[in-house]
Amino acid sequence: MSDILIRANNLSVHFPLRGLGFGERPVVRAVEGINIEIEKGSFFGLVGESGSGKTTLGRAMLKAAPITHGEVIYSDGEVQYSLADLQKDELKDYRTRAQLIFQDPYAALSPRMTVRDIIAEPLEVMKLTSSREETDARVREIAALCRLNLEHLRRFPHAFSGGQRQRISIARALVSGPRFIVADESVAALDVSIQADVLNLLNKIQRDSGITFLFISHDLSVIAHTCDFVAVMYLGQIVESAPTRKLFAETSHPYTKALLSAIPSLDPDVRGNAQKLEGEIPSPINPPPGCRFNTRCPHAQERCRSEIPEWRELSAGHHVACHFAEELS
Amino acid sequence: MTKPLISVENLTLSFKTDEGLVTAVNNVSFEIAPGEVLGLVGESGSGKSVTAKALMMLNAENSVYSDTSKITLNVDDRDHDVLSLRHPAEQKIVRGGAISMIFQEPMASFAPAITIGEQMVEQLMIHSEMTRTEARDVSVEMLTRVGIPEPAQRFGQYAFEFSGGMRQRAMIAMALSTRPRLLIADEPTTALDVTIQAQVLDLMKDLVEEFHMSILFITHDLGVIAQTADRVAVMYLGNLVETGTVRQVINSPAHPYTRGLLNSLPKLDDLEAPLTPVPGDIPSPLDRPSGCVFHTRCVESGDIAERCRTEIPITTIGADNHRVDCHLASKGKPA
Repeated sequence: MSDILIRANNLSVHFPLRGLGFGERPVVRAVEGINIEIEKGSFFGLVGESGSGKTTLGRAMLKAAPITHGEVIYSDGEVQYSLADLQKDELKDYRTRAQLIFQDPYAALSPRMTVRDIIAEPLEVMKLTSSREETDARVREIAALCRLNLEHLRRFPHAFSGGQRQRISIARALVSGPRFIVADESVAALDVSIQADVLNLLNKIQRDSGITFLFISHDLSVIAHTCDFVAVMYLGQIVESAPTRKLFAETSHPYTKALLSAIPSLDPDVRGNAQKLEGEIPSPINPPPGCRFNTRCPHAQERCRSEIPEWRELSAGHHVACHFAEELS
Repeated sequence: MTKPLISVENLTLSFKTDEGLVTAVNNVSFEIAPGEVLGLVGESGSGKSVTAKALMMLNAENSVYSDTSKITLNVDDRDHDVLSLRHPAEQKIVRGGAISMIFQEPMASFAPAITIGEQMVEQLMIHSEMTRTEARDVSVEMLTRVGIPEPAQRFGQYAFEFSGGMRQRAMIAMALSTRPRLLIADEPTTALDVTIQAQVLDLMKDLVEEFHMSILFITHDLGVIAQTADRVAVMYLGNLVETGTVRQVINSPAHPYTRGLLNSLPKLDDLEAPLTPVPGDIPSPLDRPSGCVFHTRCVESGDIAERCRTEIPITTIGADNHRVDCHLASKGKPA
């Protein structure tokens, strides 16, 4: 079991809302009772619709969202942390080991800093280098890895296109030498021709440096092409997870099936045979009882409306939370 | 052959800016037949939205149309020269009369402090002779038709009370209530989740048949195009580089840029296929490349690279009006 880099045990993240002054305060149950394990050196994909809690889960694993229940254990061989009760200096150290790449490369970079300063900032804040020469050397090394040249380092972010900006964000995330990177919708804002380039770069970094990625996306086809392992999220819970190939070959959960069939096919001769999902994702303040997917599931039965489906292993590495997974797969 | 509903000829459109005249659309020509869905594909900055807005005269004050530009709208056997419409009363026909538009971000397109119903009634009363009560009935009927539950109650609500998918449905209801001949849909499903996108696309397909209207469908998503369009036009840096039927363009693309777009797309039925990006970035419209606009990123030019750099390619027309602007195609090289 030593090859698990980060694992969540029964993790919940709740955000209390302002109440009306009487009765119980409403709570947004953004993440509810999640168990996942991310293997060292893997490219782990997390897919789900907006409001499914994927960003919150990613942030909880970076200790950037409050952990309400359960625990997140990080263990890279050198240190082992339980994120729920990190000490101040442990948190500082964890920040060098775990990093985040954001979705919007236009909002994530300060317009008043040169690219060199943007990439150097984590080194300076975390005091990882002792001299300006050392900082510059490290910045140049990382910039080269992300295909940014010396000329680029002197400019400001406005001079760059979306793809180049995203490579700057990636360089900034890499500069502290992290073991774990959460990439939250990192290609969603890019054009397809550029998106492929950034995906290839992330895959190359993972292969060459062994960094573990949690790749969050709403796009199942992007996940399918880049990740080794996929977890599908719906309304704060993981409904199915498996190695990528297995997930696509032996899709078991009706939600995963619906997501797959909703992706518009590139073949003009295959039209309109998608399995349509009715309705919309319910509110996480008041999730449906039983299986959270029962309000939209085409196979829902009485049992689904009352009994919470167990998170169980269908076959090696393939987990699902559905009462009828065997019959449906 | 029936007369096209709208025909765009040699549309060239620039914007006056501090840095000089920026050409956003360059010599673009296309037609849309009645009942036809034309998909307009391209990356950000390719000029898709500016082209669409030109059809409704919605581009900003600083836009300059070239003298050769001509847009003809044919409604009830009458030709309207769109670019010569100056007076707001004349422009009504392209602004909600015969042409309606739905936008990417429905939250930004509805007025936040006026109920959805009031906005629907307002535009119906502008474009028809209806009384307020009639307009209200038509609006509620349209909300029902696009699948909004409890339409009479929803009619009195504000945009923020609708979810993303419902807002887009309401927007479609509003755009279609005046029974336009042409619907311009600018990235209508880009902000939606895939399961909701599938619902909205289905709805649009049903409505095209029911209302027998044409759609100019703008998107960067080739999958959405493959599922909805009859014909496809591919734009790059203000130029139309390829037009053809959806099967021609998706199954046997003739322009290297179209091929590049398709190769960079992750495909679900072939997980092993490598993702091949189109090298480099789209050039700035302030600094348009000479010759073929795509030559700075083209990987196929090979031994005719010099020609691509200096000479503007002419349009080659193949079977079923499959048009492509590329020197390789004009050489007769198989796609």
